[in-house]
Amino acid sequence: MEKMPKWADIALIPLISLVLALFVSALVVLYIGESPIEALVIMVRGSVGSAYGWGFTLYYATNFIFTGLAVAVAFHARMFNIGGEGQAALGGLGVAVVALSLPWPHWSLALIGATIGAALFGAAWAAIPAYLQAKRGSHIVITTIMFNFIASALLVYLLVNVFRVPGSMAPETARFAEGARLPNAYDVAPWLGFSRSTPLNVSFFVAVASCILVWLLIWRTRLGYEIRAYGFSESGAVYAGINPVRIIMISMLISGALAGLMAINSVMGEAERLVIDPVQGAGFVGIAVALMGRSHPVGVFLAALLFGMLYQGGAELEFEMPAVSREMLLVIQGLVIMFTGALDNMVRMPVERVFLSLRRGA
Amino acid sequence: MDFATVLQLLDSTVRSATPLLLACLAGLYSERSGIFDIGLEGKMLIAAFFSAAVAALTGNVWIGLLAGIASSVALAALHGLASITFRGNQLISGVAINFLAAGVTVVIGDSWFALGGRTPQLVGAGRFRDITLPFAEELSGVPILGPIYSELISGHSALAYIAFLMVPLSWWVLFRTRFGLRLRAVGENPAAVDTAGISVVRARYAAVLICGVLTGIAGAYLATSLAAGFNKDMSAGRGFIALAALIFAKWRPWYALYASLLFGLLDAVGARYQNIAIGDFVIPVQFMQALPYILTVVILAGFVGKAIPPRAGGEPYVKER
Repeated sequence: MEKMPKWADIALIPLISLVLALFVSALVVLYIGESPIEALVIMVRGSVGSAYGWGFTLYYATNFIFTGLAVAVAFHARMFNIGGEGQAALGGLGVAVVALSLPWPHWSLALIGATIGAALFGAAWAAIPAYLQAKRGSHIVITTIMFNFIASALLVYLLVNVFRVPGSMAPETARFAEGARLPNAYDVAPWLGFSRSTPLNVSFFVAVASCILVWLLIWRTRLGYEIRAYGFSESGAVYAGINPVRIIMISMLISGALAGLMAINSVMGEAERLVIDPVQGAGFVGIAVALMGRSHPVGVFLAALLFGMLYQGGAELEFEMPAVSREMLLVIQGLVIMFTGALDNMVRMPVERVFLSLRRGA
Repeated sequence: MDFATVLQLLDSTVRSATPLLLACLAGLYSERSGIFDIGLEGKMLIAAFFSAAVAALTGNVWIGLLAGIASSVALAALHGLASITFRGNQLISGVAINFLAAGVTVVIGDSWFALGGRTPQLVGAGRFRDITLPFAEELSGVPILGPIYSELISGHSALAYIAFLMVPLSWWVLFRTRFGLRLRAVGENPAAVDTAGISVVRARYAAVLICGVLTGIAGAYLATSLAAGFNKDMSAGRGFIALAALIFAKWRPWYALYASLLFGLLDAVGARYQNIAIGDFVIPVQFMQALPYILTVVILAGFVGKAIPPRAGGEPYVKER
């Protein structure tokens, strides 16, 4: 018998965890002598109160959808891919290589090329930890952490020694040519009131499409069934004839590819060049997003939107309430991960008890 | 390379290795008891902040050290609460702790000192000063051994000597005491320990809290000995290098010393020489920086000696499964 209804599991518990995380964050804001209510109002107004705010909120959300889906797909195979940061950085390299190597005639062709490049490079960076997990039993969490650091060193090396524009001091690639720049929200829909420099761009649609594709993959294909079966019980899956090596490799390659895709938003859509840290921690935010979204694409989409609001709102907060530094975001993020991930049982057990006693009463 | 340069290089090796060693031993206690800890980085960072902040406010570095240890132990207790009491995912808890520390240190630092996340420069008794060991001056004239004693062995802060003394002490505690045997046993087979009437929960909490104390000292060393104050994100990945060193050391105290010294040496070489030319071939500095991580992956892959983690590592213990 289920201990509680399904809606409680997928909506109520994440909501309670979120409220707890925001409550503790409010205490921190109170401690530094500011009003948490006022801070919340500024954050909401700054993130969704204007077209300007939406442009940034959805831009951040696009990044988090990709990295959140990446973590979620790995979670379904009961693997913790903490290497989104490195895979997205390599995805950025893939985008830069594609964008700089050919004279792209039109952005739509360049987008297809860059999508393939980003996915391939991201997947390749996940392939080695995946292989070591599948074949040698090396713990994927540790190897992906190590690969994050190796990726960052590799990127610095390449930007300083290979891709840097001759004569320039800045460790970044040349700006992409006209045909390899993505139209932003102003170009697509000027009547919505976005400013000319808004970072939101067509990659948002790629992110939404990825949500749908991941949903189809996980719940509507044989492979997705195998991934979930493997994640549910490894011994059961093996007994049913599912090859663990294949599942680990495929799910990690998909995960790495999704993380890599983030780069089409940040590298091609926004910066229009590869800079030294194109990911800016979005790989780690993906962990929080996947946990909050219960590894379901719809949940990931909503959680990514929430974190996009947090990031944009946090930037506005720093502006309007200088006593609260931007790093408040990291505190909120840490608390969300703590409550929705590690302290899940703390929230779950009392809720289960309430539902059980309700049922007994009825 | 002459003798004096080698000595200087080894001296900075010791300085780089000290925080790694402390954090590595910290992780050793935790992981030997079956609790994975990827939050070493965060605990070091928060201890670095509170030790420097309290030392700056009180002018006494020892009070600062205590504050640093207390903050790190608080995060360790949170990790224990999540991973032992509520049987949550230890890795996720570690990730959360790293974020919390990265955020809290700057938010509170900004509010206390308004220096953009930094603490004021520590002066005088607000910092651990280098200790000159007895006879260091007198013996420095002795060829070879004299300079080694007076320049390499002498002249580090109290925390560095504590770190190196922790190696034999940890070995003794883990492998020669009843407490250590129980601690290692709960990391291998908690059910057996439970059957013997020993509390798994208590042994694991003890290990996690010891881990908190040691990362606290590591963080205090960073901010009050190696540097003179706290900077945003000053742990700079050292917690993860310590984690790498722990795997490299195959979860053993003496090997932890060697691994920390090796990674400390890589750090010292990378800081001193930007690019190393061997004939026509140039080793870029980024490669030196990535080498600890690459070596760890190679070791984990098991192609060169296999690193086998404690068997019950990462799994919450449930009575009567």
